[in-house]
Amino acid sequence: MATTAQTQPASLPLPNQSRLARVLDHKPTLIVLCLLPALGLLLVFLSFPLLFGIYLAFTDTRLGRPGEFIGLENYRSLFADRTFWTAVWWTCFYTVFATVLKFGLGLWLALLLNHRLPMKSLLRAIILVPWIVPTVLSAIAFWWIYDPQFSIISYVLVDVLGWRDTYINFLGDPWNARWSLIAANVWRGIPFVAICLLAGLQTIPPSLYEAAMLDGATPWQRFWRITMPMLMPILAIVLAFSVIFTFTDFQLIYAITRGGPANSTHLMATLAFQRAVNGAQLGEGSAIAVAMIPFLICATFVAYFALARRKWQQGGSDD
Amino acid sequence: MTDAVAERPDVTPEQEGPVDDLGVLRRWVTIYLPLLVFVFILLFPFYWMGITTFKSNAELYNYSEHNPFWVSSPTLDNIKRLLFETDYPQWLLTTMLVAVASTCLALFASVFAAYAIQRLRFRGSDYLGVSIYLAYLVPPSILFIPLAIMVFRFGLFDTRLALILTYPTFLIPFCTWLLIGYFKSIPYELEECALVDGASRLQILWRITLPLAVPGLISAGIFAFTLSWNEFIYALAFIQSDELKTVPVAVLTELVEGDVYHWGSLMAGALLGSVPVALFYSFFVDYYVSSLTGAVKE
Repeated sequence: MATTAQTQPASLPLPNQSRLARVLDHKPTLIVLCLLPALGLLLVFLSFPLLFGIYLAFTDTRLGRPGEFIGLENYRSLFADRTFWTAVWWTCFYTVFATVLKFGLGLWLALLLNHRLPMKSLLRAIILVPWIVPTVLSAIAFWWIYDPQFSIISYVLVDVLGWRDTYINFLGDPWNARWSLIAANVWRGIPFVAICLLAGLQTIPPSLYEAAMLDGATPWQRFWRITMPMLMPILAIVLAFSVIFTFTDFQLIYAITRGGPANSTHLMATLAFQRAVNGAQLGEGSAIAVAMIPFLICATFVAYFALARRKWQQGGSDD
Repeated sequence: MTDAVAERPDVTPEQEGPVDDLGVLRRWVTIYLPLLVFVFILLFPFYWMGITTFKSNAELYNYSEHNPFWVSSPTLDNIKRLLFETDYPQWLLTTMLVAVASTCLALFASVFAAYAIQRLRFRGSDYLGVSIYLAYLVPPSILFIPLAIMVFRFGLFDTRLALILTYPTFLIPFCTWLLIGYFKSIPYELEECALVDGASRLQILWRITLPLAVPGLISAGIFAFTLSWNEFIYALAFIQSDELKTVPVAVLTELVEGDVYHWGSLMAGALLGSVPVALFYSFFVDYYVSSLTGAVKE
């Protein structure tokens, strides 16, 4: 491959380049032209909507009617709105519990996969399947698994094992619905966490473990003194990603409960959608969506400093 | 990369001592058994999806006479109903078209951006790279309301173009970051040689850097394709006509009629919508894994 690349330039037409070619070879022009498509799309469809959304949060825009600036009116009414506070509280609860479970189980799975195993690459491929299948489609499968009458989990617990007398009302009761949603989110998140952490585990040099074993370290000590510190940089980044995407989750809730029963499982994102699209209150919906931003900024800073620290570590150490 | 991973010696203590019965038993209890449970739980929803697809209604709602874990008389009725009595083929086609078009657009934009940031270098190019990456952390669920208004003003509401233009916002940051990493791994000397020989920058990109970055392009392309296939909230908010919906949205909004859930068809819809992306994934697993982990590690 390298040889073909090296022989090619000899065949390039060198003299009498056209004016266009000369303009394209002017470095500043070329930089601008190269960055134009990506930055153009991102500025128009990402940065502008972000600012526009923040502006909308302070207006009373409705569907089909441009709004007027009303200051903090949206937030004043939201602060008195119990549904909003339930959504904020449940979004935090959902993020914390889903993330803790995802990382606990994902780390365990990664450690298991780090052993010498038969058919390892097949195993890894299978494990990632829940992550690549569209969330809504697997959520529909969970919806069916959580059916009040025909749930397979209830069937096994009641009819096969006899551990319970009644079928579980998974999605009809607020707390059952909440834990069911967390379970579905954890199910989908484990593969991502496990595969990323596995990649991190594989960068840890075996010599460290050998040295520790010679010094008589127990497995528990090897885990806390070698595995965890070496895994920290990648763990911090995956954690930041996971927290951001769990906090702003929409698909799973929308597919399984649509915020029910009685608004008890609305995340901030689904509540924003309900108010903005179903309720036609675009301003109020934006206000709810924008309320997520402070939290996301904190998480992004964590991600950024994790990245920076990693660079510093790489530059500072000799190996 | 993956081969090296498979060959890497095991460092767990279980294998240090002589392999006796106790060691084998311990290995089963601490490694194989938990792994089997993980794989079972991770795959069960798909098994359940598949088995429900081929069940007749009589079997589906009667657990006392039929074993729910197996199909005694498989039927294709659910799939037939889906393909011939709904717009399902149309939805599949739309999803495919949108995913392919937005992936191509994102790759095109990302290749040039990554080349400018990593190879042309200018003041602040590193910061630009990081800020493009951080754009990936802006979630669609805070953008969809203002974007819906913009899409409406542009006259794109209820068109496929609305999705093709908005999907790259979450594809470009990721693809650019991945390609920057790939370009970094290509020796700069190759380009210097070509520069000395009088090649223009674009010729270098086209004839030297891109051919060497093909694995990176494939990884980025696959990842972008699955992300756009997966996308939900924009498709839900920007598309209204039945025939323009993407599979995830259509299955949820069109196949559910009132309070009656046709679980057989719903599961068939979910299964058929997952198969293309699963097939696509199975051909490129290693690229996929390297892009997934590469994005986090870089």
